[in-house]
Amino acid sequence: MVKSFGPVTAVAGVDLAIADGEFFSMLGPSGSGKTTVLRMIAGFEQPTSGRVLLDDRDVTGVPPFARDVNTVFQDYALFPHMDVRANVEYGLRVKRVGRAERRERATAALETVRLGGYADRRPTQLSGGQRQRVALARALVNRPKVLLLDEPLGALDLKLRREMQLELKQIQRDVGITFVFVTHDQEEALTMSDRIAVFNDGRIEQVDTPARLYEAPATAFVAGFVGTSNLLRGSDARAVFGRDGTFSIRPEKIHLDDDAEPTKARGTVRAVVYLGSVNHYLVDLDGGGTLTVLRQNLRDSTDSALDQEGRRVALSWDDAHVIDLDDSGAGQPVGAGTETQEAP
Amino acid sequence: MASSGSAGLLHRSPRLRLGLLLGPPMLWLGVLYLGSLAALFITSLWTVDAFGAGIQRTWTLENFRTLFTLDVYRTITFRTLLTAVAVTVIDGLVAVPVALFMAKVASPRWQRILVILVLTPLWASYLVKAYAWRGMFSTGGPLDSVGLSPGYGLSATIVTLAYLWLPYMVLPMYAGLERLPDSLLEASADLGAGTWTTMRRVVLPVLFPAAVAGSIFTFSLTLGDYIAVKIVGGTNQLLGNVVYDSFLTGNNMPFAATVSLIPVVVMLAYLTAVRRTGALENL
Repeated sequence: MVKSFGPVTAVAGVDLAIADGEFFSMLGPSGSGKTTVLRMIAGFEQPTSGRVLLDDRDVTGVPPFARDVNTVFQDYALFPHMDVRANVEYGLRVKRVGRAERRERATAALETVRLGGYADRRPTQLSGGQRQRVALARALVNRPKVLLLDEPLGALDLKLRREMQLELKQIQRDVGITFVFVTHDQEEALTMSDRIAVFNDGRIEQVDTPARLYEAPATAFVAGFVGTSNLLRGSDARAVFGRDGTFSIRPEKIHLDDDAEPTKARGTVRAVVYLGSVNHYLVDLDGGGTLTVLRQNLRDSTDSALDQEGRRVALSWDDAHVIDLDDSGAGQPVGAGTETQEAP
Repeated sequence: MASSGSAGLLHRSPRLRLGLLLGPPMLWLGVLYLGSLAALFITSLWTVDAFGAGIQRTWTLENFRTLFTLDVYRTITFRTLLTAVAVTVIDGLVAVPVALFMAKVASPRWQRILVILVLTPLWASYLVKAYAWRGMFSTGGPLDSVGLSPGYGLSATIVTLAYLWLPYMVLPMYAGLERLPDSLLEASADLGAGTWTTMRRVVLPVLFPAAVAGSIFTFSLTLGDYIAVKIVGGTNQLLGNVVYDSFLTGNNMPFAATVSLIPVVVMLAYLTAVRRTGALENL
């Protein structure tokens, strides 16, 4: 699919197959085209070229109201002049479902999102998390083939967001509907998804399971966007690995010790970032480049950790954890992700 | 020292601050505005002496009796109400698509241009606009030459007033629709509603309070008008003309006051009725 807005190409070429019953996330920075793809699936935007297939049926020219797809909007888009029940029943009402069945299904949907007692409230009387769940119930009650979620947790505070992540995943398992979830939060995507598509500049960099994305990123962009990248390239890479290239090692895979064996690199601790349960050590390597090392505060006291600043240290790691971004078949040269291409 | 002293006093005394802030407008509203309304009511209970020379300050319901017993005043009252309703309905019907286009279809640039275009007529003189319409309706005028002129009369008055008050209906509707997020329309479509169902179930409920807010303007402005009807209304009279004539020609200020209480009562009743719709929060 390709989508251009005038001279701007928002989606430069995306080809996705999402499996039935899958929790699929589209992850990427803002402006990477993920929301545009979602809106094309929903029918709010028409692709400039390409097609949208739903259950092998071409729905490209079909308006939103005739698609078996429902959306949970970023701002929830609850109807302010209706109470919670009327909001949830809306989809059934416009499809002329009988009153008794409407009531029954709306009640069941509200139970699913644990808002059983809130049917008579107005949206303005609800908290952000509750509104989010009403929006979810309003979409789920229609039993769509695909549920689209456009950064639905973005407006919630961190604690609530974490709760909702688990809850969303649970609800998806219970109802068995395909979820397509748009987010820029890599942690959110990793927590909930069966598979993730990483978007950059209107293209997909990689589609994979959360674990594969993290352990084996195909491109430098993916390595950087999912987790901390710890890239070493050019002469910095040659000093450590003996050859030019682009390499990545996850911070938690690196051991930091004065007498680490076998020592892979030496350097100086530039800064220690204290994060409570873990610390991040920023180590300037002697051969150039900087690596972030993560270490749990198992035995160290805070003082002794912070005391490491300016110390000489030796780093070691298992070579199996080194990701060669130039090597793998899916891997692309660094910088390929920033290339833009005009729509055909 | 003195200035810091008074600033300190102001800082310490929120009541004094509030008094200074609200004093002048409260004086205006309370004394001049409500005061004159009370004076109006009191005057309506007085009468004039037999020669029409002066006001007799004796309490009497004579004016109200005249108003309720003479058919001509009932006719004029109903005609005025009918005119006000017609003007309001016409403005409402014209304003919905205009406001909808401005708020939901036009680009931001066109949105600004259209707001200016809607507001521009308000900068021109009322009289010029009314006489412009007189020219439109005149025999051999533009409307007459295409056979569409109703001639001077009540219809011409309604058209002219509907034109004059249209901005007062468009702007509240536009403001109301502007506040309606696009995502609500998309959500409605997403949930299976076609364009008309979305209009009926989402747009109109949001638009209704704004329409009522606009109708307060179009309705009350029509109730008080006496110039347009003189210019394009032929021999028709509205309540405003009765007030004007009693006051200037008849030199009967108490009766003029009595007649002008009709629009006041009608508007009070109307405001009470629309208060329930929540429209007043949209003004």
